[in-house]
Formats: sequence, structure tokens, C-alpha cells
Amino acid sequence: MISRTEYNELNAKLAPKSKEGRTLLFAFLVGGLICMIGQGFSDLFKLLLPKSDEKVIGQLTSTAMIFLGALLTGFGIYDRIGKYAGGGSIIPITGFANSVVSPAMEYRSEGMIFGVMCKMFVVAGPIIVSGIASSVAVGFVYRLIGAIK
Amino acid sequence: MNFGTQTIRFNNKPRVLSGYSIVGPKESMGPLDPYFHKRLRKDDFGQRSYEKAECKLHMSAISGAIIAAGMTPQDIDVNIGGDLLNQIITSSFSARELDISFIGMYSACSTFGQALIVGAALIDGGYIRTATASTSSHFSTAERQYRYPLELGTQMTPTAQWTVTGAGCSLLGKEGSNIFVESATIGKVVDFGISDANNMGAAMAPAAAKTVLKHLQDTSRSVDYYDHIVTGDLGIYGSRLFLKLLESEGIKAGAVHLDCGAMIYDKKQRCPQGGSGAGCSSVVFNSYFLHHMRAGAIKRLLLVPTGALLSKLSSLQGETIPGIANAVAFEREDD
Repeated sequence: MISRTEYNELNAKLAPKSKEGRTLLFAFLVGGLICMIGQGFSDLFKLLLPKSDEKVIGQLTSTAMIFLGALLTGFGIYDRIGKYAGGGSIIPITGFANSVVSPAMEYRSEGMIFGVMCKMFVVAGPIIVSGIASSVAVGFVYRLIGAIK
Repeated sequence: MNFGTQTIRFNNKPRVLSGYSIVGPKESMGPLDPYFHKRLRKDDFGQRSYEKAECKLHMSAISGAIIAAGMTPQDIDVNIGGDLLNQIITSSFSARELDISFIGMYSACSTFGQALIVGAALIDGGYIRTATASTSSHFSTAERQYRYPLELGTQMTPTAQWTVTGAGCSLLGKEGSNIFVESATIGKVVDFGISDANNMGAAMAPAAAKTVLKHLQDTSRSVDYYDHIVTGDLGIYGSRLFLKLLESEGIKAGAVHLDCGAMIYDKKQRCPQGGSGAGCSSVVFNSYFLHHMRAGAIKRLLLVPTGALLSKLSSLQGETIPGIANAVAFEREDD
């Protein structure tokens, strides 16, 4: 029979590849649509709370989008969007909500503490850890520059 | 071994008395639907968890096969079963409900072949009269164990396969049927260095090719001896590699080869390379193939369930995926 190396070469040659054009297009369209909805929320909050500053509007918008992502996950809709959109629905903040809510739902059968609470961050964990670690690093550099000045 | 280096010949012809298959909603929308014995409308089978649902599936398959043979659980000497979940909980928990001696098996998706071989050997040796050989898998329990939470919005890669929700059981016995287990080739674990857990067809194809080659060599048969050589769950792409590997040894099997994983779903069902899972070969064999063997359309069949022996842990630790395949030859005696 053919050797291990030859087989791996054969596999690399024959393995079906992702249709890049289609995946990119769907990711772009759905990702863009999610951002548009976010912009819509932002405009709506500006209209409702004209005296609030930009920061508060931003926070309200993120909260609304996270809620929407979690809600659609709960109704079993978000994973269907993800099947077509791929990165388009993973990258926005709604995707982050999906990555926290979906394991929480999945591991519910293993109890509140060891199921939901422990396993809630199995997917989002790395994002949180790297987010915190990089903000500590950036904060340190920022402080250092401030001290030099 | 009594028939070459890796093959057993069963001299007393252990019989296949009955077969039973039960599948989930997605499988019953596929092309093999008319052959299945029972279809679920919802894949939770009215249970609190998918693990419980799979357990009920497994139990239903065993009792279905026993009833189909006109027997009762008291008539069964050994229940041989396996599945994909950690510590094979599905099989052992369904054995808890059945008052039958139990042998638990695991060799991933090729477990069905292993169960058939052990059952046939025990009967052939005269140690027992009857045995059930059963396996099951469930998409939702397998996803959780091997991949991601169900509701996570991920995409399947082009080489991925969909785990079959279903359970199948064959009842083997000393006499009472014209279909018998003629011989079996016990596979060796083969690793050709594939490490992508989403390309299990490629990981298992070399094991399947080696087992089939060895079987043909041990029995001095050509592929034409069989009406069909049926692999378990290589999928569409894995089957292509399997045929290429055989071709490199000068064997053309394209005309007789079928793959349970490639047969079970329709192209429209969006399962890139077809089905997989421990239940895949057992539901397809016990429905479609057993039906056609009974009808006489298939007289000789080589069933080769294939397994990828990986775990989530081994993949994360960067291990490559070893494969295994066991071949079981069925023949029909004409009256």
C-alpha cells in the first residue's frame, strides 16, 4: 500500500475545500446586517436619551446586542444563522453572547453549579483571558508612558 | 487464526435471526427511510436528556430485534453492545434495564463489527445459543462529547460528517434463518497520520483498505465474490480514498463498494460527507442490507464497520487519529 507521506499528500490534494467566495459573501452580509442592527439601536437610544453622552449610548447598544444574541441562542435560531454566516455571526458581540449562552444551555443537565456555572465559559474563556491579559499589558505601558512624561 | 492470519471462519454457520433499526427524524428524511423499522418524530424520544434518549433508542433496538425473532429476553444468552459515549454508558445503562448477561464493547464506530464477531464466535464455539449485537449513536450526545455545544453557531467543515441518531441490533443464533455469518477478519489499528478530527473518513480509509485486502488475501477471494463490500462510515470522501488505496494494490472495488455513511443522507440534507457514528453501520445493515439479503437480491455481503479511535483529549494533545475496521462476511443459503 502507498506510504504514509504519499497518503497525506493525496489527502491534501483531494480533500474538498471550503467555497471561499460563498463563505466570505455570507459572512460579510450577515456580519454587516448585525452591525446595522447595532447602529439602529444606537440611533434609537440617541433619539430617546438626547442628553446622554456617547459612552452611555455605546454601553446601552452593546447591552441590547448581547441580549439579542442570547435570546436568539435560547430560541435555537442563532446556530442556524451561524451555519450560513460563519465568522459573520461569530465576530460581532452577539457571537460572544452565543458562545456563553450555548454551553450554559448544553450543560444544564449536569446541574446548576457543575453544569451551568462551571461550563458556561468553556468556549468564551480564551477570549476573556486574552482580553484581560492584553488590557493589563496595555494599561501597564500606558502608565509607564504617563510616568516618563 | 483458522483462516489465514487475521481471519476466522465460522464452521457452524451462526445465523442472523433478525435485525432491527430505529432512527431519528433526520435519518428518516433520507433515502433509506422505507427500510427502517421505527422512526422518531423528535430526537429527544420524550426523555429529559439526549443521553437518556440514546439509551432508550438502544434498548428499543434490542427489544425490537428480540420481538422480531419471536423470542423473549429469557431466550437471549448474551447482550453484546457498544456506543460512543464515555464509559459506554448508553449500552451499560440499557443493559441495566434488560435482564440479560452483558458484554460491553468499544471500538468507536466499528463497534458493531466487533460485537458481531464476538457474538458469532461464541455461538460458533457452542458456548451460547443466542446473542444480540447492538450499537447506537446520537447526534446531540456525540456533538457534546466530541465537539461544541449544540446551540453554538459554528459551521461544518467540507470534510465533516453528521453523527447518525439511531440504534441497530442483530440477533444471532444457532439456527432459524438462511442468512449466516460465514467469516470475519479482525482489523489492526492503522494510523496514517491524519490529525484533523473533522476528516475522519480520511483517518479510517487506510484501516478499511488494509482489512479488506487482508480478508481477500486470507480467503483467496476476489472482490467479485461479494455482491457488495459495505464500509461503515467512511463517507463520500473517505470512500474515494478507500477505493484509491485498494487501486494502488491493483484491486478495483468501485463496482461493488457501498458506504453506509454515504448512503444514509440525501445530498440536500447538508451533511457534507454523509453520516458517521456507531449507529450508522448498524442501522443501515439491519434495515437496508438485511432486507435485501432476505429478499435474495444480495447473496454475499462483506460488512466492514470502520472506527476512528480518537477522543477529544487525544486530539487536543496533538495526537494523530488511529483507525480500525473489522470485516464480517454474511452469506445467504438458498433453500
